[in-house]
Amino acid sequence: MNARVSIQTEDFDLSAEVARLRAGHKGVGAVCTFVGTVRDRNDGQSVSTLELEHYPGMTEKSIEQMIDEAFKRFDILGARVIHRVGLLQPLDQIVLVAVTSAHRGESFQACEFLMDYLKTQAPFWKKEQTPEGARWVDARVSDDAALAKWGIASNNA
Amino acid sequence: MKIHLRYFASIREAIGSGSESVETAAATLAGLRDELIARGGAYAEALARGRAVRVSVNQTMADESAALTDGAEVAFFPPVTGG
Repeated sequence: MNARVSIQTEDFDLSAEVARLRAGHKGVGAVCTFVGTVRDRNDGQSVSTLELEHYPGMTEKSIEQMIDEAFKRFDILGARVIHRVGLLQPLDQIVLVAVTSAHRGESFQACEFLMDYLKTQAPFWKKEQTPEGARWVDARVSDDAALAKWGIASNNA
Repeated sequence: MKIHLRYFASIREAIGSGSESVETAAATLAGLRDELIARGGAYAEALARGRAVRVSVNQTMADESAALTDGAEVAFFPPVTGG
């Protein structure tokens, strides 16, 4: 069985990941993917690089649990999450969530659910390099609100 | 009992270390945090009450009322910002 979660420094290939997720699954009628990328601006300042730290072990475990929860809540057939760590530049891909299902509604929902969950519950931290020096990115209350709409309380921010 | 401590992101930078082992008699995470704050200096500042500090026990998010057990891995870190 293919891995559901990868934490890696290297880039990923969306087409290859989708092909792997679909391979041999004749019941799949919908694939929904989300790719997060590094912006060159955040909170009013230009960003030259982004460095991602995580908690090895807990990161994988927490995302595996999120995927288990997605399978319980939605009628989906497969899910894949890749998150990059280390030093990234604007334009780089940072995160992939891909979900397959028989019909589109379930994979759209599960994809958004997994991203909302990941933003507030997976142990990653971003540090930006700006013209005024390095700064840790602040958590957003709006991300807690996004998870709350799935009935899950979060007080991350 | 012995606890394995981990620190991440801004808390790791402030304390100047990513991990250490401590002996504690604290019953809960809150008590352990208080002991670390009582060391003063960077610990007192990074873990100060009123600052947003998140905690995990054995790699699962926890709240500070959680009980400590011998050999547990406890991590202190700021709010998460992945995705």
